[in-house]
Amino acid sequence: MGNAKLWGLKKSPWVFHVAAAPCNNCDIEILDILTPRWDVERFGIVLVGSPRHADALLVTGVLNRKNLPRVLEVYRQTPKPCLVIAIGACACHPNIFQPSYNVIGPYDKYIPVDVYIPGCPPKPEAIILGVVKALQRL
Amino acid sequence: MKKEYSKEMLAEICEKFPEVSIKIHSPRRVYMRISRDKVYDFAKFLFEEKQLRLSIATGIDTRDGMEIIYHFTLDEVGTYYNIKTVIPKDDLKIKSLTPFLPAANWIEREIHELLGVDFIGHPNLKPLLTAEAWHADLQPLRRDYADEHKEIKIDKKTGGLA
Amino acid sequence: MRRVVPIGPYHPLQEEPEFFKLIVEGEKVVDLEINIGYNHRGHEFISPTLTWDQVPFLVERICGICSDSHPYAYVLAVEDCAHVTPPPRSQYIRTIIGELERIHSHYLWLGLAGHFIGYNTVWMWVWRYREPLLDLFELIMGNRNHYAINKIGGARRDIRKEDFPKIEKYLDLLEEKNAMFTKAILDDPVIRARLEDVGVLSKEDAIAYAVTGPTARGSGYAIDVRKDDPYDAYDKVDWNEIVFEEGDVLAKAKVRLLECDESIKIVRQCLKNMPEGSIETRVDEIPPGEGIGRHEAPRGEVFHYVRSNGSNMPVRHKVRAPSFMNIASNVVAVRGYSIADAALVLASVDPCYCCTERTFVYQSGKKKYSGQDLLKLSWEKTEKLKRRYKK
Repeated sequence: MGNAKLWGLKKSPWVFHVAAAPCNNCDIEILDILTPRWDVERFGIVLVGSPRHADALLVTGVLNRKNLPRVLEVYRQTPKPCLVIAIGACACHPNIFQPSYNVIGPYDKYIPVDVYIPGCPPKPEAIILGVVKALQRL
Repeated sequence: MKKEYSKEMLAEICEKFPEVSIKIHSPRRVYMRISRDKVYDFAKFLFEEKQLRLSIATGIDTRDGMEIIYHFTLDEVGTYYNIKTVIPKDDLKIKSLTPFLPAANWIEREIHELLGVDFIGHPNLKPLLTAEAWHADLQPLRRDYADEHKEIKIDKKTGGLA
Repeated sequence: MRRVVPIGPYHPLQEEPEFFKLIVEGEKVVDLEINIGYNHRGHEFISPTLTWDQVPFLVERICGICSDSHPYAYVLAVEDCAHVTPPPRSQYIRTIIGELERIHSHYLWLGLAGHFIGYNTVWMWVWRYREPLLDLFELIMGNRNHYAINKIGGARRDIRKEDFPKIEKYLDLLEEKNAMFTKAILDDPVIRARLEDVGVLSKEDAIAYAVTGPTARGSGYAIDVRKDDPYDAYDKVDWNEIVFEEGDVLAKAKVRLLECDESIKIVRQCLKNMPEGSIETRVDEIPPGEGIGRHEAPRGEVFHYVRSNGSNMPVRHKVRAPSFMNIASNVVAVRGYSIADAALVLASVDPCYCCTERTFVYQSGKKKYSGQDLLKLSWEKTEKLKRRYKK
């Protein structure tokens, strides 16, 4: 069963987009790679509406106190093995939001992250490259 | 010809509320100071009779007390009328504007949450922004707040309180 | 019988991610409860720990789509506090970027509104013509999204002479395509049927909830900071304020579409009249005092209040984002419409783009509808209408 999942993951990764507390730029760039200029659907990458159908989680933004339980719940619902791809500088480290009382740190403190794509926001090419690198690791 | 504040309006304000002190910062930025008890009537007068729009309210923790600024704006002339009031720190209470002005609902909740001001007559003063696991007595925008959030321990499995 | 349909235990939007609890009777929405805070990062808390010149980079990251609006309002506030007037050339540059951002933001909304009602063609087409604009941003400022053009006392970068024709060329393309979208969207009977008389926000409610931007102008409440309180180059150019009386989603869409035309007009005039000269005045210190800056962001009025005590950091920095007020008005706008319309009505104030894919509907602890199902409901309604119009 695990093998079948892995095979599907490599062939056509279905991604679910988890935005914790982003400024929405990384999220728009993720949607942008679906639109005609980049059109990642030709590689089989599909944005799905439920984590239960997803092979990979694209996580953006910083984690805060209110959404951490929800993000963990989404991660719990995703069938394993799954890839976690941290998109944007905020997902890698809280950076400018470090002093805030509500921000509680990067994703890798709470869930295992496979690939980091820094940038504010990373360009669509960088996001596609990151996903490809994540797939090559398998 | 640029539009600006009207002298008639300020004259009317001075006549109806003689205790208001007015400071004109620039032609379209007027600051007014009034005591806590009069804020409700004054805001009601501005909103209902003068058709001013409540843009937002600001809460500031100062040395003299908690300062609340209601930013009203008159859009026809693009002028901001800012009503300031200072609440003593040992009695953080003020009458809520929400009953006649729904726009004040969220911002009063936010000020209550981040600065600890009680708005009397507000229909729903539940926390708006902070998490369920946040301690209600921690008000991060106050001057005496010193990184107390670092002591809140988080359970890495559930994301709630440890 | 009343049931609760919560949308999104977490539901990330731009500044204000929300959790909507739709209270429904059968298909009909009778009430709405909004819970926000999932995106609360504490900007007002961080701001006093940064110096005056660092804050624009922080407020830029409040929202990636209005990433020009917040720094714009902030520098206007600081300039108001310090009584500084930036040089004319920088004023024109800031106005141009502000207007280009409006086009980009309205196109984003338009595309996603198309997606919400099941017209993915609209989404793909509109976003296709948004791409060259992002290229322009990259050309002028070096980044597709966070521009960092605003600086206290002026602009950070100049627009080079050789870039002017490229901007003009894009504006020509856009003008043609905008006319096409306006016609395609307004003439389509199905889109009309989906948008017309849906999510009506009356003028009285618009005033009571103090909404701003296209949400207000779609309800006949004619407020626009650029007209009422002109700043920078806005009183030196000629343009019209777009106002519609109906208050439904269609009116809001029309306001946004026609505003793009006005933005094109403003940018063209700015390019034509842009004076030569320096792009910034040196501001050495901010005197004690307070200042207010306002900018008409794509979604409504952005308002920043700063207080200085003469040091190199603000004492207090208050941010008013337009959606903070606009989203609260959903409570009245969504009442009385069906669940299939809810996704569209909630999106009509332009609060969010990528959210609906990530929403879930829970019922007594068990998952019932996901965001996808809500979208499906919306799409099915469009399909039904399409069939009806074919007959």
